[in-house]
Parts: sequence; structure tokens; C-alpha cells
Amino acid sequence: MGMTMTQKILAAHAGLDNVVAGQLISANLDMVLGNDITTPVAVNEFNKAGFDGIFDKEKVSIVMDHFTPNKDIKAAEQCMTCRKFAKRFDVVDFFDTGRVGVEHALLPEQGIVKAGDCIIGADSHTCTYGALGAFSTGVGSTDMAAGMATGRTWFKVPEAIKFNLTGELPENVTGKDVILHIIGMIGVDGALYKSMEFTGEGVKSLSMESRLCISNMAIEAGGKNGIFPVDEITEEYMRGRVKGEWTKYEADEDAEYVATYDINLSELKPTVSFPHLPENTRTIDEVGDVSIQQVVIGSCTNGRIEDMEAAAKILKGRKVHPDVRCLIMPATQQVYRECMEKGYMEIFLDAECAITAPTCGPCLGGHSGILAEGERCVATTNRNFVGRMGHVKSEVYLASPIVAAASAVAGKIAGPDDL
Amino acid sequence: MIAKGLVHKYGDNIDTDVIIPARYLNTPDMKELAKHCMEDIDTEFAGRVKQGDIMVGGENFGCGSSREHAPASIKAAGVDCVIAKTFARIFYRNAINIGLPIMECPEAAEAIEAGETVSVNFDTGVITNETKGETYQAAPFPEFIQEIISAGGLMNSINGK
Repeated sequence: MGMTMTQKILAAHAGLDNVVAGQLISANLDMVLGNDITTPVAVNEFNKAGFDGIFDKEKVSIVMDHFTPNKDIKAAEQCMTCRKFAKRFDVVDFFDTGRVGVEHALLPEQGIVKAGDCIIGADSHTCTYGALGAFSTGVGSTDMAAGMATGRTWFKVPEAIKFNLTGELPENVTGKDVILHIIGMIGVDGALYKSMEFTGEGVKSLSMESRLCISNMAIEAGGKNGIFPVDEITEEYMRGRVKGEWTKYEADEDAEYVATYDINLSELKPTVSFPHLPENTRTIDEVGDVSIQQVVIGSCTNGRIEDMEAAAKILKGRKVHPDVRCLIMPATQQVYRECMEKGYMEIFLDAECAITAPTCGPCLGGHSGILAEGERCVATTNRNFVGRMGHVKSEVYLASPIVAAASAVAGKIAGPDDL
Repeated sequence: MIAKGLVHKYGDNIDTDVIIPARYLNTPDMKELAKHCMEDIDTEFAGRVKQGDIMVGGENFGCGSSREHAPASIKAAGVDCVIAKTFARIFYRNAINIGLPIMECPEAAEAIEAGETVSVNFDTGVITNETKGETYQAAPFPEFIQEIISAGGLMNSINGK
């Protein structure tokens, strides 16, 4: 029996020739990641267990992105815990305000993660790096602590679902619409415990940004990981960023999949997830008349330069609706700089958007863009659960940067054709 | 080991944002977080829950964020066991790692109602509905996971090796 791409990476990191779905393995880790919310809990566990060293100072990454710039005294103290830990063990990839970006935009951008790696992160969207052809998955703080101490973790080898992509995305349809369409189709637990393997000739038409966005939201279908094959686009992206070699894995011809879905990219439309689950999807022509008070464009899902460009294209020469607050959150310092160099910042300012420092902020209802009772927000983020962005009676609608920007102008959920 | 207590019941897709909203995650103090556990869908839970109670959910319990604060705040609130039809995988892992017993048992999760008294035998996987006089069988954990549970969580288990 052949192996899926995920199974091959796991076998290689467990020192095995072959693994099968359901098998429990112990795997070597190439990177262990945490943020300013999950790392303090990991540090407590690490210290309580009496460890006095991390397995490799170049294979731990601590990113201060959630409640930063420090939103209050307690958040500042959590960051201090992380900072002290990073200093104590000389963690190379420690990122603090001024250098930080939203973790899953930052690590690929900085070449810290690469094809063939086996990565865990104490953040559910760690699955993002599957876009690069890595196995990466979210875990909790205790797994992070054990991973930092030992450089290993246990996995149950997952079954896989194949998504066979054909065709090419139409204008104004993006990776975000692809993944929202998929989650709408299979549900928020449609890939529970499983790998989502994206393949087919349609892959080559997807930019790196689109792939990162699709893999990012694998967790919203319950997936363990969401992985793309490594092609010329991947290698072009990694060249010049990644230090050292990467490894290309391919699924075997006879790999077993528990389900296969054929998706013709050419047929997809801009898609919006209605409250309060990402699976509540409607295409833009089905949304009806939904007035909004806020728009958020950014996050680990859609805060990359292509996303900023898409928003700028819509907002150029237009103004945000007077009843709407539009927040632009470039996901990293580099994206921020590029937005300035390409003139997007001027477009955003002219359109009367607020531009924030790179942060997760409002995505998880942390700070910088919290909703009041009854308010509605179109966000390019990844979750629209009850209370996710603020008041328990506020609502989040998930969409692409194109739909979010068009909605900001229209004052209601809208696509670019509605402007 | 046996747990026995009153049931707090919830539906499908209970996400970690409602188990413990992110606005409280500026502290790693789980006792403090327990005061806000479930409040966005059940404002009375923190006041009602007693040490030794049982939580029951539907499909995909604990989906969403990887925050370990979710199982840890349920545990700190006094809950001794969570029974669900299915668990989201990060929550499943986190619960095992921190020593919060969980049981995947669709029949039990379907039949048990709020306010009933339920006992759970962790060794046999037998769940008994004392109120209705019914029993349900949960799938046992793989041996490897049983070892983590017996050691009292992941950190103890890797330290013991």
C-alpha cells in the first residue's frame, strides 16, 4: 500500500520506511512554535517538569503576535515570561514588537519553515505551512513544552482526503473562496483527524499566498493538516528565503484516500461564511442585504502582500462607507513596508481606513477592533464563532480581501461587481 | 478510577472560544479562567458547576483554537470528565496531556440529559446513567495514550522515560 504525502513526511521523521493510517509514531521535529498566549502556559509546564534546556535553539520559534503591542498589564507580563524564556535559552527565532509579524505569515516569509519539515505549533493555524509542502499541525502548550524539551512528539498517522483541483480561478475569486467553498461542502468536522491533500493540475494556477490561505483554514474543517505538492511556485518562493536544503515529498500513485473531491476552480464564486460557523457559506449572489459596521483586512489567513494588493485595487479612488470602520492589518513588518513602497498605504489612508501594526488583535477578540452588541463585521480572518471578535451578540462574516474591501465601500456585504 | 457527578450538557461544535473566550487569555491562571468557562453560551455554568461534575457535548467538541486553557479551565472548574460524540483533535490531545479524562461515546452523548447523574469507569470505558439506569460503552484508549493518562499527563510521562 502506498503512502500519502503526509504519511511520507511522518515516516521519514519517525525513521521508518513505511507507516499506515492509525499507527502511533514518535517523530523528530524541525520546528516547535508558540505565541504570547500559548507559550507562557508551556513555560510553566516546562519549568514544573524541571527541564533545563531546549533541544535546539534554532528549532524553537516564539512569536509575540496575539495581544501585542501589549494590550494591558497582564498581556505585557505574559510577553515578559516569553522574553525571559527566549533569552535564557538563546532562542534564535524570537520575535517581539517591531520585528514581529502574525506567526503564520512571518515564518514562511522569513524562510523559517520549508518543504519536507515536520512542525508543531501551539496555535491551531500552524497547519498553514502545508502550503510549502511541510507537515505542520497545531497542538497545545503542553505538547509545545515537551517538544521544546525533547525535539520529538507523538502522532497518530492520519487518513487523508484528496481534493483534486482542476481549472483556474476566475477574476476576483481567490484561495479564500476555495477554502470557504470546501468547508461549506464538507463541514467544520468534515476532515476531523484527517489530512487534506490538495492536488491536481489546478494547483499550478494558485499563488503561494492563495495556497497559504487554503492550508491555513484546514483546521476549520477539523483537518490535522492541509498540504500542497511542491512545484516551481513553491521552490521559487523558498529560494532566497530558506537557509539550507528542503525535501520534496510526493504521494505514491497507489496512496489510499478515504474520500476524493473534484473541484473545478473555474466554477467558484466569491464566497462568504455567515455566523457562527465557517461552514455556513453562501456565494456572493446569495448574501442578501446585510449592513455592516466594521471590516478587518489582515490576519494569518489574509494579511500577505497579495491580499493588501487586492484590497488596494478595490479601495483606490473610493471611500469607506461613512457607517463603516475599516481596519487594514498588514501581517508582517515586511508586508507593511511593501505596502508603503507600492503606494497601497496612501490608497488606504485616502479611503479613510485605519492601519494597524502587525497583530492578531481583533481576529480572536483580543484588542484593536472589538465589536459592540449587535455589530457586524466582514473579516478576512478564519473564525466566526459566537463572541469571536467581541460581544457575544456581534457577528463575523468571513470573506476574501476583495469582498471585504468592496463591503467596506458599500456599507454592506458586497462583491466588486456591486460597486 | 471512577468519576460520578451531575451532567452539564451542550450541543455540537462547542468551540474553544466559547469554552474560554480569548478576552480572558491574558493570564495563564486556570483557576481565574474557570470563573469564565462556558460563559458566552451558558452564563450560569461557573456558578452552577460542582467539583466532580460531568460535561457532555455532541460532535466536534472543542473545535477551533489550540488554547490548552480550554480543557484546563473545564478541569479547574471542577469537571472530572467530558463525554462527547467526537472531539476536535487538538482538544483531544490537550485533554489527555493535562490529565482531563475524556470519553468518545456517541450513544452516551445522545442519551444523557442535563441534570442527570452519571458515573464513568475510566478503566473499562463503561458509562452509567444512574438517573435512567442505562449503561453505554465508550471505546477504550490505545495503550500508548493510556500510559500518558496513568502517568498523570504528558510531562510526567516523558519525564518518567
